[in-house]
Amino acid sequence: MKPMHEETATFATAAPMTPIFCRVLKTRPETHDTFTMEFEPPEGAHAFAFAPGQFNMLYAFGVGEVPISISGDPDDPQTLIHTIREVGAVTHALRAMKSGDLAGVRGPFGTSWPIEEAAGRDVVIVAGGIGLAPLRPAIYSILSHRENYGRVVLLYGTRNPDDILFRKELEGWRARLDLSVHVTVDRALETWRGSVGVVTTIIPRARFENSNALVMICGPEAMMRFTILELQNRGVGLDQIYVSAERNMKCAIGLCGHCQMGSEFICKDGPVFRFDRVQRFLEIREI
Amino acid sequence: METLRPILAEHPFFKDLDPRHLDLVIGCASNVRFDADEFIFRQGEEADQFYLIREGMVALEIFVAGRGPVKVQTMGEGEVLGWSWLVPPYRWMFDAHATELTRAIALDGKCLRNKSEQDHDLGYQLLKRFATVVQGNLDAARLQILNIYEAHA
Repeated sequence: MKPMHEETATFATAAPMTPIFCRVLKTRPETHDTFTMEFEPPEGAHAFAFAPGQFNMLYAFGVGEVPISISGDPDDPQTLIHTIREVGAVTHALRAMKSGDLAGVRGPFGTSWPIEEAAGRDVVIVAGGIGLAPLRPAIYSILSHRENYGRVVLLYGTRNPDDILFRKELEGWRARLDLSVHVTVDRALETWRGSVGVVTTIIPRARFENSNALVMICGPEAMMRFTILELQNRGVGLDQIYVSAERNMKCAIGLCGHCQMGSEFICKDGPVFRFDRVQRFLEIREI
Repeated sequence: METLRPILAEHPFFKDLDPRHLDLVIGCASNVRFDADEFIFRQGEEADQFYLIREGMVALEIFVAGRGPVKVQTMGEGEVLGWSWLVPPYRWMFDAHATELTRAIALDGKCLRNKSEQDHDLGYQLLKRFATVVQGNLDAARLQILNIYEAHA
């Protein structure tokens, strides 16, 4: 598989602090507080090349800028897709945008999921809540080159069934014979027939080879911490685990220090890290 | 009963259990099967067994007046269902029902309690293993309460 970093580097570094104008194609709701936006490529460009796990800075003019992971298909970069949770002024402004409105986009930035390193191995993807969005490009990429991997397992946890992202897509993935999908919710409604319990409780049920699996995790830090403990109980090594870290990113190019975590800048050295590289920092509450 | 030996010996719950103790456990074990929607036990009933789920899914529920049964946890293959048999007054605190065809090994709690009274080493081994199960469930319950997915601006 061709690494995307070289292609994306020019776009990201040519004028990394200057947003380009992108027109909103459409916005659709995913859950009560989450929505997906599609953008046209900027004028003069025909595609947004990116690697799974990378993010863009999205700018709602006059309001502010936020880092948002790309949730689209890296093999289909004609449309830029972001799935966003509405939690503050900027994401509120983004949600209010209509088709044809202009937003600013800087990126793509950061490191990517280890798709190439996963070749030949079992792949375990563990997502919590909105954490499925940054992992979706990795899932697309793995599924479009499915023959390169061993067992592929997706473990997804949310608060309740209404919070499940990409529901139709999940149903499609679940129907595949070459992908094992486990979805669980913390709180079930009476009509829910699926699994109930936090995502860590479904790890023992998943079938994969502990010694050769490569694990990608994205979700709230507490969820990732307990997930890693459960994986360790199974015998998965810390060097087999990758996480997507989150801190307050501003410049996105490792200059401002807002997202600094110990010696690492989440925006430039991350957001995807091999866990053993950042474990010590995640244990320090002050950072 | 002898056919249960390899299954119990390989089950993570009984991993590294002394063969002498495994013999005692096998004497209290039996194969069971529950159809979809069949109740395994109900809240308030005497808790006289626990189960090693081999296949299927079980929902633990609590009945809430005006709302009906509320699912608090589901359990699947390889998991251990029930520890009320271990703690007085030996009554189930929840309902458990199979949400799909479920096969399990049932272990007679009274039988194991009696054997543990006579052989404290066996009792220690069982308690040690159940402490891990209880801790896992407690951690999971704490995370459920925490609402870790809540949005923060």
